[in-house]
Amino acid sequence: MPKPFVPKIVSANDLMEGDVVYLDAAAGWTRDLAAAAVAHDPEAAETLLARADQPGRVVGPYLADVATDGAAPRPLHYREIFRTRGPSNRPDLGRQAES
Amino acid sequence: MYRYDEFDADYVAARVAQFRDQTRRRIDGKLTEDEYKPLRLQNGLYLQLHAYMLRVAIPYGTLSARQMRALAEVAERWDRGYGHFTTRQNIQFNWTKLKDVGDILEHLAGVEMHAIQTSGNCIRNVTADHFAGAAADEIEDPRPTAELIRQWSTAHPEFAFLPRKFKIAVTGAPNDRAVTRAHDIGLRMVRGPSGEPGYEVIVGGGLGRTPMIGKTLRHFLPKAHLLPYLEAILRVYNLHGRRDNKYKARIKILVHETGEAEIRKEVEAEFERRLEAFGGPEVAPDAAEMARIEAYFAPPALDRRPAVSSREDAAKAVDPAFAAWLERNVKPHRVPGHGIVTVSLKAIGEAPGDASAAQMRALADLADRYSLGELRISHEQNVILPHVRRDDLPQLHAALLRDGLATANAGLITDIIACPGLDYCALATARSIPIAQDIARRFGDGERARAIGDMQIKISGCINACGHHHVGHVGILGLEKAGVESYQITLGGDATETAAIGERVGPGLAAEEVGPAMERLADAYLALRKGSEERFLDALRRLGPAPFKAAIYDEAARADAA
Repeated sequence: MPKPFVPKIVSANDLMEGDVVYLDAAAGWTRDLAAAAVAHDPEAAETLLARADQPGRVVGPYLADVATDGAAPRPLHYREIFRTRGPSNRPDLGRQAES
Repeated sequence: MYRYDEFDADYVAARVAQFRDQTRRRIDGKLTEDEYKPLRLQNGLYLQLHAYMLRVAIPYGTLSARQMRALAEVAERWDRGYGHFTTRQNIQFNWTKLKDVGDILEHLAGVEMHAIQTSGNCIRNVTADHFAGAAADEIEDPRPTAELIRQWSTAHPEFAFLPRKFKIAVTGAPNDRAVTRAHDIGLRMVRGPSGEPGYEVIVGGGLGRTPMIGKTLRHFLPKAHLLPYLEAILRVYNLHGRRDNKYKARIKILVHETGEAEIRKEVEAEFERRLEAFGGPEVAPDAAEMARIEAYFAPPALDRRPAVSSREDAAKAVDPAFAAWLERNVKPHRVPGHGIVTVSLKAIGEAPGDASAAQMRALADLADRYSLGELRISHEQNVILPHVRRDDLPQLHAALLRDGLATANAGLITDIIACPGLDYCALATARSIPIAQDIARRFGDGERARAIGDMQIKISGCINACGHHHVGHVGILGLEKAGVESYQITLGGDATETAAIGERVGPGLAAEEVGPAMERLADAYLALRKGSEERFLDALRRLGPAPFKAAIYDEAARADAA
């Protein structure tokens, strides 16, 4: 039986700053996970990834699995969770220091 | 200290200008990321989880106080106020912005530093014994050899696109502090039949997903033959090394699959051709050039002093903290009355190898005051002050205390090597730093750690093994297992002249299980050893892994903790 589709967002690193960004619904890039566009089926995921091909803005866009059980998409893999925060040994650095 | 000549200065300046132009073209959209990536990597610029990371070369781990201050300035002006010293004696800045890289490189060029060949499939920064030029057991200072290799290998057109990266380490002493048996090429200074110095040439060592101990191709190579012999090895590798599979592309795989005897035959045949090329050794440096390089590493004019310092003895008698630091962090110098000081970057609970800009400046000042302005970075991620008068040790210790740099744990269970892991690294599969911090906090800075004595823990956050876990007495490898971080434990690794790869003891542990397992392991060792003279590694070799494995996987203890 095929595995059920897991919703996805597109993440990348900003070309100039190098920090974590997400593709939004207008095919722009946001640092706010809550504003990330979510694909709910494989076709939508493919479309999102195609829109993310913006080498003048970002580096290495890819699809990441999320849960959609809250106000913002929630990354499922621990690597993605760390990317939303920053180094776990330095709470004073990275995105976690901004909140 | 080596100083750039006009050629070196012009070359580095040209590279900075070239990289500025390449970066501008990437920003302007004239270069794609695929085109730009190999260029930025050849200049030490990686893109990590949260930001760009710039890796700066510290050739053979030697730097001056002036260079250390320049690194502090980079940390403060363009980064987040700190840097990370690595197991390859380099420094990494974790929060670099693309627009700033040209300025950073220009600033570094001003103090004769750069980031060239700190990445890419080329010959990387040459590493060396961090006690070079000071060690009491040294045959010769390995740094003139390392500098010669640096000059030969920098921008060498034939070896700029090897099948895979290539790492060379050099030691001048029989006690191997440079992990030469785990490098693509390891060079150990030895004496020949007439007492003349030369090299044992070790090839095909390496860690990563397929760890190998290097094989000795030559037990004695005359010094004058070094570069033609290295060229012969590199040529054989460049021709036959696999390019179809990056996981099988290192020279260790070529040596393993081809066989030691056949590789030796091919290298020796190519070496003969190199010796004959152009009517003589093609790339042998002339004596005047070698003398020029060696002059930069001439032993400092240290005054011979009484081997026993009354000031040191007096401080030791009244200050237990100083005595503990002296015992662990000061080693004998070749000149009586002096010592080699290891400044630990492993303060309990801190990230191994990290130093703040303020600490870098403090170290530079202390180097100026107490160590002829010289510093070294060890592959163990500590800083060395190589030439300290024993009379000055109490004052130096007091100054280090003020700067949070006096942790007395060199070689102890808390002197942990750890790669950046998944807190920074895009390749990592698990975190390393928090595991190291947890273990260090459990053992602390006191009597318990000192009672355990020499016990090296090395942690890598992925199979690439930047944390040298394979050659740790205890190795910890972080992996992903069923969507969570999982840590494999190996026992019995050895990074020295008796190098060995550790054996995996069993299934992976959860992150929170690693620290308690290390405590049970250390307790088992304390209970089983013959006495304090029997190191953990010796007890393990005598008893085998079974009792230690039982301690790590003690089901009752694990259940209690759960």
